[in-house]
Amino acid sequence: MSFFKVETRNVSLYYGNTAALKNISLGVPENKVVAIIGPSGCGKSTYLRLFNRMNDMIDDVRVEGEVLLNGKNIYADGVRVEEVRKRVGMVFQKPNPFPKSIFENVAYGLRINGVTNKRYIEETVERALRQAALWDEVKDNLKKSALALSGGQQQRLCIARALAVEPSVVLMDEPSSALDPISNAKIEELIWELKKKYTILIVTHNMQQAARVSDWTAFFYLGELIEYAETKDLFTNPRNEKTQNYITGRFG
Amino acid sequence: MEHYKLQALRQRLYDILFQVLALVGLLMAVLVLLWLLVTVFEDGIGRLNRQFLTSFPSRRAEEAGILAGLVGSLAVVLLTILIAVPIGIGSAIYLEEYGKKNWFSRFIEINIANLAGVPSIVYGLLGLGLFVRWMQLDRSLLAGALTLSLLIMPVVIISAREALRAVPAGIREASFAMGATRWQTIWHHLLPISFPSILTGIILAVSRAIGETAPLITIGALTFVTFLPDSLHSAFTILPIQIFNWISRPQAAFHENAAAGIIVLLVITLLLNATAIYLRNRFSR
Repeated sequence: MSFFKVETRNVSLYYGNTAALKNISLGVPENKVVAIIGPSGCGKSTYLRLFNRMNDMIDDVRVEGEVLLNGKNIYADGVRVEEVRKRVGMVFQKPNPFPKSIFENVAYGLRINGVTNKRYIEETVERALRQAALWDEVKDNLKKSALALSGGQQQRLCIARALAVEPSVVLMDEPSSALDPISNAKIEELIWELKKKYTILIVTHNMQQAARVSDWTAFFYLGELIEYAETKDLFTNPRNEKTQNYITGRFG
Repeated sequence: MEHYKLQALRQRLYDILFQVLALVGLLMAVLVLLWLLVTVFEDGIGRLNRQFLTSFPSRRAEEAGILAGLVGSLAVVLLTILIAVPIGIGSAIYLEEYGKKNWFSRFIEINIANLAGVPSIVYGLLGLGLFVRWMQLDRSLLAGALTLSLLIMPVVIISAREALRAVPAGIREASFAMGATRWQTIWHHLLPISFPSILTGIILAVSRAIGETAPLITIGALTFVTFLPDSLHSAFTILPIQIFNWISRPQAAFHENAAAGIIVLLVITLLLNATAIYLRNRFSR
């Protein structure tokens, strides 16, 4: 068994012959937010996508080591990737709602799980939209197309869509980098709230954001995990010189 | 300073010159089409009446009608759609969504692109050998539809692939990340989103199929048919063959019939295109 909600043990990932992640061991305790920071191309997003096996979509990718979700290796034989993804929600950099109504976007996860109880679906949609702090803005327009929402609203809709199926872990890949400061602040507030129920991994380019929202921070550089520490320690007292240089803006 | 003014003047001149050239090109295309339409309408409009639409061909030009060709064309095209569209879209889905990208898929891709450029008469010969002779379908409606299906399949596949490829990557990712299977992603998102473009491709292909003559002559569609097809194995004729037949007669009265037939064919093609545009606008909201 694992002490952590999700964990990677000696994970390396190769695109063809090039290693994009090198021997990474890292654990995330339940109901904590872990921020992953590092310069572009350091493997942050690739690392995040290990946990819902989105890297599988790319041809020629090979993963070594173990990725544990609730203590079970999700890369083991016989694990259905769809089942993993139903338990690990993901929010992407660019808001990507389906070109359907607001309601149908949030209900989608239930529909593919074969849920047909109308009342239950309605309740779940409302709960998810409330959790994503979007309910008050859209409750009268649930039939409206999701594409008519603003960028920030679309992103919160995508969060609601991920939350509707009650995943154990939520992955966020630079969730507010495409948004204006006010939407950004809303998303960060939201992450604070969500932490009570979910375990969250967030990739971000914005170090203030990492400092604000996360409990733990991991610094990646060239596919390696350089430093992993409690956020306040990492930002005030980094142990590694590279971390120091990155957070003080000397490269990256 | 002078130099720049001159330069600007020259640029302006080129701009105007190019505009004129483009306009001439457009006018030439439109005028030729217009001339064709005017002559056809002049010759044919007098023959276009209820009797013409509901009669079988005849030795006497004034008693001859387009019924067999009209029904034959519609039947062949309908069958062609039923055969080519599911197979074509299925192939596109496989190539785009399931198949791995390797030398074999590239080989198939190149072949499909080439097939789209093969002269239609070659498809006729293939249909003659494969469907008429080997499968012993004879000169039937089914053999004709299968031949035309082969003919338009590459176009359907290529346009459906393009349409699938044009779906934003974010939609695919979002669906997979929710735990949807490949098939659910295709059925719930990719097909509905790409449907308008796929439809456009299909209609263009069908418009081509309805005007094709050579392959059906090759497989032996009849030229003088005085009955309606009543099964997949019936002999049949199509509008273009009927038109071709009338035009090759010496009597001027038959030429009027041909012109009237052309009008009918044009109207059908226009209707098809109009339907396509209507459906596309409706579904792409």
